[in-house]
Amino acid sequence: MNPQPELLSEKEVGLGWHPKRVVLILLIFSIVMMFAAFTSGYIVRRDEGNWREFDLPVSLLINSVLIALSSASMQWAYASARKDEIGRLKTGLGITLALGLAFLVGQYMSFGDLVAGNTYFGGADANPSGSFVYVLMGVHAFHLITGLVFVAVVLRRALNYQVHSRAMLSIGNATLYWHFLGGLWLYLYLFLLLNH
Amino acid sequence: MSDMTPKPNLSPSVEAQGGIGSAPVPATEHDDHLLHDDHHHEHHDQHWLWKYVFSQDHKVIAKQFLITGMIWAILGGTLSSLFRLQLGWPEGSMEWLTPFLGKWIQAGKLNPEFYLALVTMHGTIMVFFVLTAGLSGTFSNFLIPLQVGARDMASGFMNMLSYWFFFLSSIVMFSSLFIETGPAAAGWTIYPPLSALPQAIPGSGAGMTMWLVSMALFIVSQLLGGVNYVTTVINLRTRGMSMSKLPLTIWAFFLTAILGILSFPVLFSAALLLIFDRSFGTSFFLSDIYIAGQALSNQGGSPVLFQHLFWFLGHPEVYIVIMPAMGMVSEVLATNARKPIFGYRAMIGSLIGISLLSFVVWAHHMFVTGMNPFLGSVFMFLTLIIAVPSGVKVFNWLATLWRGNIRFTAAMLFAIGFVSLFISGGLTGIILGNATLDIQMHNTYFVVAHFHLVMGSSAFFGLFAGVYHWFPKMFGRMMDEKLGYIHFWLTFVGVYLVFMPMHYVGIAGFPRRYYAWTGFDAFSQFADLNKFISIAAIIAFLGQFIFIFNFFYSIFRGRRATQNPWNSTTLEWTTPIEPGHGNWPGEIPAVYRWPYDYSKPGSEVDFIPQNVPYSQTHSSNLPYEQDMAE
Repeated sequence: MNPQPELLSEKEVGLGWHPKRVVLILLIFSIVMMFAAFTSGYIVRRDEGNWREFDLPVSLLINSVLIALSSASMQWAYASARKDEIGRLKTGLGITLALGLAFLVGQYMSFGDLVAGNTYFGGADANPSGSFVYVLMGVHAFHLITGLVFVAVVLRRALNYQVHSRAMLSIGNATLYWHFLGGLWLYLYLFLLLNH
Repeated sequence: MSDMTPKPNLSPSVEAQGGIGSAPVPATEHDDHLLHDDHHHEHHDQHWLWKYVFSQDHKVIAKQFLITGMIWAILGGTLSSLFRLQLGWPEGSMEWLTPFLGKWIQAGKLNPEFYLALVTMHGTIMVFFVLTAGLSGTFSNFLIPLQVGARDMASGFMNMLSYWFFFLSSIVMFSSLFIETGPAAAGWTIYPPLSALPQAIPGSGAGMTMWLVSMALFIVSQLLGGVNYVTTVINLRTRGMSMSKLPLTIWAFFLTAILGILSFPVLFSAALLLIFDRSFGTSFFLSDIYIAGQALSNQGGSPVLFQHLFWFLGHPEVYIVIMPAMGMVSEVLATNARKPIFGYRAMIGSLIGISLLSFVVWAHHMFVTGMNPFLGSVFMFLTLIIAVPSGVKVFNWLATLWRGNIRFTAAMLFAIGFVSLFISGGLTGIILGNATLDIQMHNTYFVVAHFHLVMGSSAFFGLFAGVYHWFPKMFGRMMDEKLGYIHFWLTFVGVYLVFMPMHYVGIAGFPRRYYAWTGFDAFSQFADLNKFISIAAIIAFLGQFIFIFNFFYSIFRGRRATQNPWNSTTLEWTTPIEPGHGNWPGEIPAVYRWPYDYSKPGSEVDFIPQNVPYSQTHSSNLPYEQDMAE
């Protein structure tokens, strides 16, 4: 018996995506549901009154710019990989990592700004409005760390010349995830801007 | 146990690669002819640890889920027997339980706090650990690759992680039974503020913390599993297996997994906020609370917010529990009635309808929270619409049985029992879906009776039908049919004897979760009925040990199974009797027809498997099928 390895060409076409792409998209949906729960909870809670208004620190705007730039550099890295420009690919991934880290540090510093503006996570002076901001930022930051790990893995592969125009799956997935995380933050920022 | 057949050598020539994993990757990354395969651990002499414990074979993982689920079911049933003892004989002495329960028996009486913990843990265990992980974890894992024609799940590794997260979650939940302050006791719905204030009752302390940790792990397990199931169905169907040729089991598992992916994260959000409230001083769900005259500092929270978040998961969850059972029952009914399932496409449509509606009805659990009556009537309207797809399914099942050539196997009995229980329990759902009636019935035994019939017992019947039907594929042996009949009749009669009287006492206003009702004149008249329910419940529970015995005895001593013992059409019966890792030793069969060609006019045999091409069945082909054959 010499069984054939399972070839995707033996399969029904389905959506035409690689299984790992499908896994990623499903995970993105589950993250979306989590934030949908948080933000709709925020609205429901706000409409019930006893809701303390708060100021959003300006530093969040800087962080938003940082993460938008990191998305751009990720896209640049992806485009470079398509064109087999491995040097630019590595630079792009490196810049993305650096900007992602800078965003995380920036978010951490924004926590300080929030506290300075008397918006607390917990304790006797806290109101759910402020606590929600910390939860939204914190849970997003957690997912961003997973995104950084993912980008770092792709960078390591790129350093081993394992990412190029005929091996686009990992960087394709990383780019999708990174754009999602960036988009998610911009949504959260806009949401807080409109609803604080 | 199984796996004595020679293993196909599956060592991949090309390593599958992807973004999320971290294996070093060769350069042939992109799609097309890339094999998808995580079987590189598969060597000829595998250590038993990798073969049976940390296995990545979906069939072994399915058995792990099943056996863990069975252990949980025994425990959950034992807990219910304990509180039925209390409800049936409120004045009786429980001194004899002291060796088992220790300090929870005080002066011959069950500790009231522990009674609450029993109810809570019974609900949690049954809903999540048995009927979610034990049911869909077992059969989604077992049947999806076998029935769609795949060698394994999309990611064997994630699948293994899914089980071990469930295992960890189980360990945490199980340990919480033994801590000093007792397990969580705020009900399986863990409403704050009772669950949010560690000082509220003993069960809100460490037990609640462990409950939350355990559920967080459980949600991770469900997501890893669900993502895998959906990906496998989308990507790994064999040639010819279009979505409209999938067995209804697969449709049910597929939609169940989607529900899980979309609803469990919401429970995770709620649990996270609750953890912050409990341990980090936030006030998401807490406001204006006085404990022993002391005002708490928490301001601005809303306990109703928790209910919204909880039931946004909680309602889809009941369909996560029931839909796999529906799928398996459809399959078992068609196979054993020797008839095509009636209304195949309507069955898929109704599953999709139920899945969509399940997301927009959650607030019918909250009619008494003081919600806007207009909002209540919207949710009532949406809730009652669910009767439509449910009715479609029931009538299709009945029409499948109609003039069928019925073989009353144990699996078939349980499948018919499922239909019966689903009707009985579903009808009271129409009553409870009405806001006006629900406000009267809320938190009475009528609700308990309703959901135990329609989702608890029904899902158990689906589980039993599945185990009796697919046991030969799991272990290569048959379960004993006679013991199966005894098990069925004890369970079927037992379930009705337990839950029918509960409707009656519920309508009279008998409340849920009351430790003692003897102080209320209005309820004392139900003493005999309560005793009756308790006796029936304990007998029905003891009857389950017939199943447990049958199960384990048959694994080792059962009659050997044949290749296709039920003369079924689906792909899993084309594998060897005890398939190894990879399922088919040679090529995966291609699929040419739908899965319900039973008793097709003109055919020599009364079933035509899915992998038989039309060119071999000229006598039974319809005109358009004949065209495809040529």
